[in-house]
Amino acid sequence: MRLTRASGLGLGVAMLWFSLLVLIPLAAVVATAAAGGWDGFWQAVTNEQTAAAIRLTVGTALLVTVVNVVMGTLIAWVLVRDRFPGQRALEVLIDVPFALPTIVAGLVLLSLYGPDSPLGVDIANTRAAVFLAFLFVTLPFVVRTVQPVLAELDREVEEAAASLGASRLTTFRRIILPALAPAIAAGAALSFARGVSEYGSLVLLSGNLPRRTEVTSVRILSSIENDNLDNAAAVATVLLAVSFAVIVALDVIQRRVGRRG
Amino acid sequence: MSIEVTGVSKRFGDFVALEDVSVSIPSGQLTALLGPSGGGKSTLLRIIAGLEWADAGTIGIEGLDATALPARKRGVGFVFQHYAAFKHLSVRRNVAFGLEIRKRPKDEIRRRVDELLALVHLEQFADRLPAQLSGGQRQRMALARALAVEPKVLLLDEPFGALDAKVRKELREWLRRLHDEVHVTTVFVTHDQEEALEVADEIVVINEGRVEQIGSPDQLYDSPANDFVMRFLGPVTQLGSELVRPHDVALAPGADDPDAVAGRVARVVRVGFEVRVEVSTGEQVVLATMTRTEFFRLGVDVGATVSVRVVPGAPVVPVLGSPVRSALEVPAR
Repeated sequence: MRLTRASGLGLGVAMLWFSLLVLIPLAAVVATAAAGGWDGFWQAVTNEQTAAAIRLTVGTALLVTVVNVVMGTLIAWVLVRDRFPGQRALEVLIDVPFALPTIVAGLVLLSLYGPDSPLGVDIANTRAAVFLAFLFVTLPFVVRTVQPVLAELDREVEEAAASLGASRLTTFRRIILPALAPAIAAGAALSFARGVSEYGSLVLLSGNLPRRTEVTSVRILSSIENDNLDNAAAVATVLLAVSFAVIVALDVIQRRVGRRG
Repeated sequence: MSIEVTGVSKRFGDFVALEDVSVSIPSGQLTALLGPSGGGKSTLLRIIAGLEWADAGTIGIEGLDATALPARKRGVGFVFQHYAAFKHLSVRRNVAFGLEIRKRPKDEIRRRVDELLALVHLEQFADRLPAQLSGGQRQRMALARALAVEPKVLLLDEPFGALDAKVRKELREWLRRLHDEVHVTTVFVTHDQEEALEVADEIVVINEGRVEQIGSPDQLYDSPANDFVMRFLGPVTQLGSELVRPHDVALAPGADDPDAVAGRVARVVRVGFEVRVEVSTGEQVVLATMTRTEFFRLGVDVGATVSVRVVPGAPVVPVLGSPVRSALEVPAR
């Protein structure tokens, strides 16, 4: 395939931009992690406290993503397909967790679910706090990616399925879901990535207890504060690999669902 | 009777889409619901299919009261104007959909789908996605998909409305031949009177939520029940207080005929084999159409005095209180 001058220039600019912003910094992180050799890397990530932080972060992010896939699709469905009082308000409120500075979100969560909770729910210094904080900040992603696709779906296609004898559930599973799959996958990827990288919203409520509620972002920060850059880079590299694997996995799932029907 | 619609009414807010409509659609025939846009014909079709609910009235399909049945239990095949293709499925899987959800054996499904694809001439496109087909091919796929589940009745909502004129003409002839082969009771909605006259065994004219007339194409053309049906089914012109088809207006040279109206030829337009002659009678401009040969035999030109009358036996309809308008009224679309 030959490129025209204009599209060649476009591709060049895009690659340069992408390299400067993404590829080079990522390569630098991996290079730093590799500097200590395989043994150093392995030691860093199998350190008991670090490993616990990675397990907690990745596990919670995965769980939250699963919840978001279901709840986000449901909320998007309600926003697109139903008409009810307060709909406009809900539309705006959905974005609040996204728009709020994360430390403000952390403060809100601490005052609501902390030791002085007006609701009588105290989850401070527990893993539930991490889960809740992840859930709070990642809520809009699936909703916002699915909503426009759902709004564009041709209702006649569902009517066609119904006239061919399909129940509501069959129509959803075989006709609607495949059409939504790319959007759900994109929302899930954003949600997972945001969860893994979360810091501000949970740092106040979770208490950052080593081996219990400490997440990787906190762990990386403390490594750097202790002047252990290699350790921080090693953890970052693991997160990078996990995120990449999850994005690839979501793409594979999405393609499979999209083709099934 | 295959489809029995009794006293059906439907409103959308303040808009009355259908008002006390009763229609019987005979088995095995190809019936057209004809009328202007917004006249309620699509709504009636969707109510028959169970895609819309009537406010009042009942729907019977093959002797069964279907009024309360959901669409999926009515045994109705539906074809949409914009195809409603399942975009993520191949042509083959689209056609197989109804059979797959009925959990038919795999080899039976394959056999049936092959048959249907052959019927709609899409065998070589079986593994393509709908997006890789032309509009006409997509509509044939939608038709095969609807036929796959062996519906009791086949309903088509402006099936050729989104296609260009040439494909539309081909497909309507093809639909007629297909119906002669398959014989399933078929109802299609159209706003194109030519399409209805050419394809249908029976036409139901619907306007402003009411049935204006039901009959064969010839009955409707030759004895329209009112001026709406007359205007809608073909060109009309007005002579005195009567509506008449321009090809039923006879001209004779001179003003000798005491039973005819005298006038002066105001304009002559030739369109291929057809000649349109506009005659001014003083208060009206009457249009007469004839063949070239007839025109030459008449031997008149612009300015000549002629006598104008309606051919004996031709259908005429009184104009009720509507003012004299232009010479030619193009049928409303």
